[in-house]
Amino acid sequence: MNKLRELMNSLINLLVGDIKADNVVPPSGYTAILTSFTAAAMAFLAVFAMALSLATGRLADRWSDELSRTTTVRISAPEGQMQAQLDAVRNVLDTTTGIASFRIMTDEEQRKLLEPWFGPDLPLENLPIPRLVEVVEDPNGPDMDGLRFRLSAEAPGAILDDHTRWRRPLVDAAQRLRLLGTISIILIAGSTAAMITLAALSALAANGQVISVLRLVGASDTYIARAFVRRFTLRALIGAAIGTAIAMVAIFLLPSAAAEGAFLTGLGFTGWHWLLPLLVPILAALVAFWATRTAAFRALDRIS
Amino acid sequence: MLQLKDTGFSYGGRDILKDVNLDIAPGSFYFLTGPSGTGKTTLLRLCYQALMPTRGIVRILDRDVRGLEREDIAQIRRRIGVVHQDCKFVDHLTMADNIRMPLQVSGRSGELDDNSFDDLIAWVGLSAHMNAYPPELSSGERQRAALARAVVMSPDLILADEPTGNLDWIMAQKILTLLIELNKMGKTVILATHDLQLIRAAKSQITTRVLRIVDKNVQLAGADL
Repeated sequence: MNKLRELMNSLINLLVGDIKADNVVPPSGYTAILTSFTAAAMAFLAVFAMALSLATGRLADRWSDELSRTTTVRISAPEGQMQAQLDAVRNVLDTTTGIASFRIMTDEEQRKLLEPWFGPDLPLENLPIPRLVEVVEDPNGPDMDGLRFRLSAEAPGAILDDHTRWRRPLVDAAQRLRLLGTISIILIAGSTAAMITLAALSALAANGQVISVLRLVGASDTYIARAFVRRFTLRALIGAAIGTAIAMVAIFLLPSAAAEGAFLTGLGFTGWHWLLPLLVPILAALVAFWATRTAAFRALDRIS
Repeated sequence: MLQLKDTGFSYGGRDILKDVNLDIAPGSFYFLTGPSGTGKTTLLRLCYQALMPTRGIVRILDRDVRGLEREDIAQIRRRIGVVHQDCKFVDHLTMADNIRMPLQVSGRSGELDDNSFDDLIAWVGLSAHMNAYPPELSSGERQRAALARAVVMSPDLILADEPTGNLDWIMAQKILTLLIELNKMGKTVILATHDLQLIRAAKSQITTRVLRIVDKNVQLAGADL
């Protein structure tokens, strides 16, 4: 509790600031530019990782939710027997519990499904294309094994496809991508902390004389650390804000994915998700605050 | 004010100071003398907790230094003015900012108004140099600035480690005069030096006592000085 209060006080003091205290640490243009640049680059990558994570998350959810409740019956039969098989399938589906609705796909719908592979002028009527029946399950769903058994008995040309075979790897892949996106963000935060720690330690080492003078005149470690912490936190905040802004513009300017292909649909942010990248500069500042504070106190402990 | 009891300090297995017993009364003026390398600076550093004793007790301003947290040490140092031979400053700050620094770090900037500050600067004879930076000042000016910084918080104890070591005799006398004036104001002064001429000059003006470091111990020097 005391630690938390101490941290809160540090944050408040950090925000309020003290120009005189800040001036105690000499300006270091090169380190300042490097720290800001690192924060900007890391924020840029973090925003992209966040976009990837959110997009794959949405994809996984959609495939899970929408496709898990639909099933397809594919009927392959010689020309003269197709109608009889269709009637048999219709009869089986009508009398199976757990099915909310079903419909036989029209020639036009089937043509559209095949259009990406065979072009728009496919003479569907001349090809032995199977008929497709789209089945929507109710929340309880049918007994798939029982349904498959009945179909094979009453309509031998009908094959039940519940999409599990191809949906599961896609959902798994999307979920893995989401996990990788999250891990990337954590790694980026860790790398930012490591780089800012190194920069802070370098600044502390370079300012040994200043620290020695401050100690001599009665400055507490908190006072000395705050001068460094405030400087590095502000540099990280400004750098990360710039990196985030550039990344958000870049994502906004991405080509409309929906027109290019289904797999890229939704890569980026939608709705309130556009607010999430705004957390990146704040997180970067918090990481910098924590990293510099820890480094400063450890370094000050070592300096007698 | 300052007590050392059976105090010792060793470094790397070698004794620098051994069984030192000392009791400094408030308002007194002490010289600390002895050849170079005998431990004068070590003793002063023990007095302002830049070093911790490896044996014995150091009590300063009624606080036993053993077990003090860093924050406590910072608080105690605000009541001690320290002047070094190589007076250290923050080189990118003006002399005015350097001299005000003890007030700044203790959050007491508002306690010294501009007139009082100007009086302090005039007292050390640096009125014309307040906007200068430390590297622009001569050794004597830097020593006087260090003295001003040491007393800006009106400390109870002033520790001066060879403050005249790099100065000519005239400038050394000026520094001594300032320290004597501070002592007359009631401040306790301990001045480490191996300059016997300076000690004799002080003895002709005020009552002082001379401590000599001999064989890693501190002895009160006799009339031979």
